[in-house]
Amino acid sequence: MKTPDPEFEAECIRRILAGERHLFHELIHPSERAIYFLLLSLLRNDAEAEDAAQETAIKVYLNLKNFRGDSQFRTWVLSIARNEGLGRLRKQGTRREESLDAGTDEQTGDYTPAILTSWREIPSEALERKELGALLREAIDALPEIYRNVVLLRDIEEMDIRETAGALGITEGAVKVRLHRARALLQRNLTPRLKGFAPKRRGLFGGRA
Amino acid sequence: MRIDCKHVWEHISAYIDGEVDAALRADIDRHLETCEICSAVLDSTRNVVVLMADERVFELPAGFSERLHARLDRELELAGPS
Repeated sequence: MKTPDPEFEAECIRRILAGERHLFHELIHPSERAIYFLLLSLLRNDAEAEDAAQETAIKVYLNLKNFRGDSQFRTWVLSIARNEGLGRLRKQGTRREESLDAGTDEQTGDYTPAILTSWREIPSEALERKELGALLREAIDALPEIYRNVVLLRDIEEMDIRETAGALGITEGAVKVRLHRARALLQRNLTPRLKGFAPKRRGLFGGRA
Repeated sequence: MRIDCKHVWEHISAYIDGEVDAALRADIDRHLETCEICSAVLDSTRNVVVLMADERVFELPAGFSERLHARLDRELELAGPS
């Protein structure tokens, strides 16, 4: 993630509004990844997410004069991205029964971790990255929507809890609860499958090397 | 205070983020010293978090940025921000 610089952003916005339109490229660039992955988590389709990301950037540009600076620029941008994504889902009529807005944080579900594991090392071989990426994306895709969005902004884009809450329009407490559950579900899903990526060595529990 | 495994799992995400208070952190650390199951759970959860943050694992589609900025260029020609 590229760290936002509020002073640079404010100066950029002032100059864009004064006519230096080309500066918008620099202003939006650090947010591109977050916009795309947030939309991908909502729309679950690469081409649709990319198109929606472009629309989002254009809407940000056209509405730039409405940015008040009372939130971080990227938080504001991501709320526009989220609205773009939700609008498209409504139009498609494909909103699943699970709610994106309300969300359910009640104490249900099983978040017990996968405990038998020898997977303690981070895979480092470049060749494995692609395969790893596919496994991770698949696992994230399988998460309920309300967890997927949180994990995406917090863990993939490394936004802090406050900014994640702001971008999704939920409380910081809800971010923490959902993050915990999302990580627990991912750990349980991924650990048995990623063990094979660990370097060859004797497992802690006498499992396969 | 002695805490059990379930208690550790409940706080594992906050523990990884450095969001547990000093007393709870000390309890968890003490538990981890002797519990191989929980330290394996902690390691694997942390692995997942580290991998997700790896930009090489989650890449934008090839040419994404170029296409975005090309489209922006066309829009910037058409409309001013005011």
